[in-house]
Amino acid sequence: MSDQEAALLLTDRRDLRCPFAPAAELSAARDTADDLPTVQVVAGPDFTSEALAITRYADARQVLGDQRFRVGVAFDPDQPRPQASQPSFLLNQPGFLLNHNGPEHARLRRMLTGAFSVKRVQQLGPQIEQIVAGQLDELAEAGPVADLVADFALAVPSQVICALLGVPYAERAEFQKRTEDILEGRGSTPQAVDAVTDFHAYVAGIVAARRADPGESLLGSLVREHGHELSDAELIGMSILLLVAGHETTSNVIALGTLALLQEPEQLALVRDDDGVTDTGVEELLRLLSVASTVPREAVEDVTVGEHRVKAGQRVVVSLLAANWDPHLIGDASALDVRRGPVPHMTFGYGVHQCLGQQLARLELRIALPALLRRFPGLRLAVPETDLRFRVNSPVYALRALPITW
Amino acid sequence: MNVITDEKRCVGSGQCVLAAPYIFHQRDSDGIVVLLQDTPPESQLAKAREAAILCPSAAIRIQGSPAP
Repeated sequence: MSDQEAALLLTDRRDLRCPFAPAAELSAARDTADDLPTVQVVAGPDFTSEALAITRYADARQVLGDQRFRVGVAFDPDQPRPQASQPSFLLNQPGFLLNHNGPEHARLRRMLTGAFSVKRVQQLGPQIEQIVAGQLDELAEAGPVADLVADFALAVPSQVICALLGVPYAERAEFQKRTEDILEGRGSTPQAVDAVTDFHAYVAGIVAARRADPGESLLGSLVREHGHELSDAELIGMSILLLVAGHETTSNVIALGTLALLQEPEQLALVRDDDGVTDTGVEELLRLLSVASTVPREAVEDVTVGEHRVKAGQRVVVSLLAANWDPHLIGDASALDVRRGPVPHMTFGYGVHQCLGQQLARLELRIALPALLRRFPGLRLAVPETDLRFRVNSPVYALRALPITW
Repeated sequence: MNVITDEKRCVGSGQCVLAAPYIFHQRDSDGIVVLLQDTPPESQLAKAREAAILCPSAAIRIQGSPAP
């Protein structure tokens, strides 16, 4: 193992020979280690911290379901919020739900949950189908060869998020590049700091525009219904969360999921040809890929996790990747089985902070993946698999590009 | 079979509505679970149990039918 690989956070470290599997040392930490391993967590340019790695499925559910573990590896609600010119300010941004705990978190989240209910999300179906069809046309024109990441996987969720925020799609470049810069190196690079500052100003502009003219978007409804009880800073924090969480994650499941299916032609054919496999196939890819693996928490008081004692004030990082591949969850976790029965995987987290947009992500994937495979029945990689490059040192696992032909 | 939901635990993920739409619904305002029937027919048992397994906040319990 090179120094660079060793420096990657254990909780989202993957096997270099199989781009989706947990690294051997991560699986070993889960299956054989007596103690919870200590890891170094980087959460911005001015913040590193020690944390215990939680890798077993049962422990992961316990930690994320237990209010004695709070969010906030770098956020302290008792401290004044840093100014926008300071690099770590995103971590103290009000309204960014992952910075809030307890009743304050519940107050803010409940303003958004109605908009992401199954019913409301399903109403977006026709619009998403239209976006996917349009993007497939563009992909067909761009290639072959084309880059599935840039020409399809990023474009579809970006357009959906633009619609939710009431932003013209022409502005997507404004946030796509910046989101990428923020995620690169876990927000610790100079580019990430600049990107955060730019991004904040950009989103503040969107919020001001919706305050002036709410319109029909999700953000517009939020302003209409709850605008009087939300500060601009809180609306900015919520919008940043929707933007960052809403497109990098889903886009990487589209791209990595396509790669996973290309590696298993029989599984790919099932997703392409059988509508009955769409839902189970998407769940299986979500589990297998676990694109946003590492979830930080901090113990408010002494807690026993499994047979381990976690002391008050101690930090933990949960590996959703290790949990989703735990043999105690499913025996053949390494197998891609698109017809697998219901599995309570943890890809969207667990407990009060679980992904708000999970039904939207599911719907986008259920529409985009079969449509892609049906439009290009001869879809295949345009380069040897060994040439593919992955973004590994990031909160969201990603393919740098996925050159395809058909 | 008796279905019990815990509104305080529910965080509105909607997994129950996808698994068993005849038993569960989400409140329009905040997505919190609404029970459409608390004693659904036995024919719905498998779907009710699936909803309980998949609920990501452990807010659903099934009483009165032993696990298979």
